[in-house]
Amino acid sequence: MQALSLAVHIPLVCFGVAFPAMVLYMEGLYVRTGDPLYKVIAKRWSKVMLILFAVGAVTGTILSFELGLLWPEFMERFGEVFGMAFALEGVAFFLEAIFIAIYVYGWDRISPRAHLLTGIPVVIAGFTGSLMVIGVNGWMNDPGGFELDSDGNVTGVNPFAAFVNSNVWHEWVHMYLAGFLVAGFIVAGVYAFSWLRGHRDRFRQVAMVVPLTFACLAAPIQVVVGDWAGRTVAEEQPTKLAAFEGLEQTTRGADLRLGGIMIGDEIYGSVSIPDGLSLLAHHDPNAEVEGLNAVPADERPPVPVVRNAFQVMIGIGTGLALLAVVYLVTAVRRGRPPRSKWFYIAVVAAGPAALVALIAGWIVTEVGRQPWIVYRVMRVSEAVTGAEGIPVGYATLALVYAALAVIVLYLLRRLAHRPIELEAESAARGTDDGSG
Amino acid sequence: MALAELNAAVLLLGLTAYAVLGGADFGAGFWDLTAGGARRGARLRGMVKNAMGPVWEANHVWLIFVLVVFWTAFPRAFGPVMQTLYVPLYLAGVGIIFRGAAFALRGEAATIVEARLLGGAFALASVAVPFFLGAVVGAVASGQVPAEGAGDAWESWTGPFPLYIGVLTVGAGAYIAAVFLAGDSVRVGQEDLARAFRWRALAAALVTGVLAIAGLFVARSQARGLYDGLTSGGGVVAVVVSALAGVVALALVWREHYEPARYASAVAVAATVAGWGLAQRPDFLPGALSLDEAAAGRPTQIAILVSMGIALLILAPSLWLLFRLTLAGRLDTDFHPIAAADRRDEP
Repeated sequence: MQALSLAVHIPLVCFGVAFPAMVLYMEGLYVRTGDPLYKVIAKRWSKVMLILFAVGAVTGTILSFELGLLWPEFMERFGEVFGMAFALEGVAFFLEAIFIAIYVYGWDRISPRAHLLTGIPVVIAGFTGSLMVIGVNGWMNDPGGFELDSDGNVTGVNPFAAFVNSNVWHEWVHMYLAGFLVAGFIVAGVYAFSWLRGHRDRFRQVAMVVPLTFACLAAPIQVVVGDWAGRTVAEEQPTKLAAFEGLEQTTRGADLRLGGIMIGDEIYGSVSIPDGLSLLAHHDPNAEVEGLNAVPADERPPVPVVRNAFQVMIGIGTGLALLAVVYLVTAVRRGRPPRSKWFYIAVVAAGPAALVALIAGWIVTEVGRQPWIVYRVMRVSEAVTGAEGIPVGYATLALVYAALAVIVLYLLRRLAHRPIELEAESAARGTDDGSG
Repeated sequence: MALAELNAAVLLLGLTAYAVLGGADFGAGFWDLTAGGARRGARLRGMVKNAMGPVWEANHVWLIFVLVVFWTAFPRAFGPVMQTLYVPLYLAGVGIIFRGAAFALRGEAATIVEARLLGGAFALASVAVPFFLGAVVGAVASGQVPAEGAGDAWESWTGPFPLYIGVLTVGAGAYIAAVFLAGDSVRVGQEDLARAFRWRALAAALVTGVLAIAGLFVARSQARGLYDGLTSGGGVVAVVVSALAGVVALALVWREHYEPARYASAVAVAATVAGWGLAQRPDFLPGALSLDEAAAGRPTQIAILVSMGIALLILAPSLWLLFRLTLAGRLDTDFHPIAAADRRDEP
């Protein structure tokens, strides 16, 4: 159930974290150039931002309910260890809620410069808020900041030490960039789609180029960060890395098996690169890579799920990075985006693809940690609630979310179909009455 | 004062803010629900939407604040509460989804069916959520949550006292909302709406007041510990302050001084929440778990206090800015009634 809510919440988070920066950039262009087109776009986007933020706020509230409802034992024992980070995230979120309201309701009611300023806390709050939440996840993967006494009770808690764990930094940068990839490619994809349908005006051109540039700058960096993340996992959670790669035995000079699909214990259709895994994980072709056999069978995650998700993430990530390079090279050399129809089709596809990669990456880190909820300290089965009626709750929630998704998409579509010309006119007159 | 008590104070402060601000939002939904047919209620609904628009998200973050402080500072109580009261909490959660989403999206509704559906979901959930959350509070206050493991999933919150607190919460929210909305109506120059909300505020005050007095008797038979706490020491002071503020607020509404009435009614609610805390002190779960037993370790408690102090320095000016802009009408959108077939745009 938590997984379901998270799957709904995470894409919304991407918009909460990354979209404000794009909106703000757009408004910054308006303030600098005075071109009303930029303002029209920023304003339209800010409405979308508010809707998505509201829905994200709601799903976030549900998540914090679920933490308690589904994992009472986990919260009871470890709440004090990592709760701090959530408390700070709550503060960041608070700030975001306050300023997003001022920002969206303040169009044309406070001076342009002041208005731009009110957007800045939104971006900062998204930035720090994601850091805090990832801090908790990093801690679940590398628990620290407390001691267990002989009865298994938590003592000697140090909430700050818990937060500063070996995973927080790379997970955070990875997630933050992922936010830009998902939000950027999805927004750009919407406008690329309408370009393909023949709406080739300046509005759509600008509205596509800005998010696309954000996403394309993030994509190649993400590859580097991914490598960093992989090496940290190799050091801190070797079993998890073994699951990424489906590596059965501890091997020196392990091969990298790229692509393919794993069913049962076998990997089909993969390409082997000799010593590749050792090279990637430890930057040394002869390094020893720990296999799944290093831990007892009941401490291994479900390997096929993890490995397949990992391959999906890597595959899509590489594809997006290539697309980004094509775009950036063309943009720098020609001063315009590529004109090929295929490029636009690729951009349209990139949005959903980035989303799939995001979910896959999250499966990798979460399922890869199984059977532990707190790595090598507490098992998921020890943490879960014994409450009855979970299936009923699950079904209801799934229905509610499905309805929510349909409604949101439907209304966003309606929003997109509103005539641009009217807004452009009123913005140009500078007498927008707020009913754009 | 002990560390655990300071943390409990932080928790109660958050709860108070949520009860006043979130309560006002829920109450606004209550008036939306009872506004009457599509045509008759259109102007009232428009006002509700207008007033809530800029502030509702910030108001609801208080709930998240309460939850995170709860599980960080008092993990030993968080587990049992969640395990015992998961039914009303889950129902409140689903209600929150409906409410938030419906409200955010209603502005985009274009057809009669859409507007009815979203409006209905918003208004119904607005009544359901405070009821269930109130029932949770009532169950905790009347000692239905055992310290070890799970209490009964249904009996714990379906007794007279939890249900009564649920109803009281809805009533108090409706009252505060009417007072706030009357003030907001005056600000945007809708005198007829101000009068409509004035009557609603007076009616809700009467009902809630009678409920509150009746509540003392319910508490006496159902939650004896709480009753004793409320009738002695700090509890009495809180009860008296609450009653006085309530009467003052009533008089202010009667004489159409809505702005000061806003603060007086907030004080009344705050005093009630404080009274609850004082009455069951030093227990967190009455009869089962004391504050100290429920509390997290010392470093965590100190960390919370420090970070909440810092947070206050950042949040207080931000909130002040938001409310100042709101109350000065700087964030008001143009007033539109919400009729069913009305096609309106967001700001």
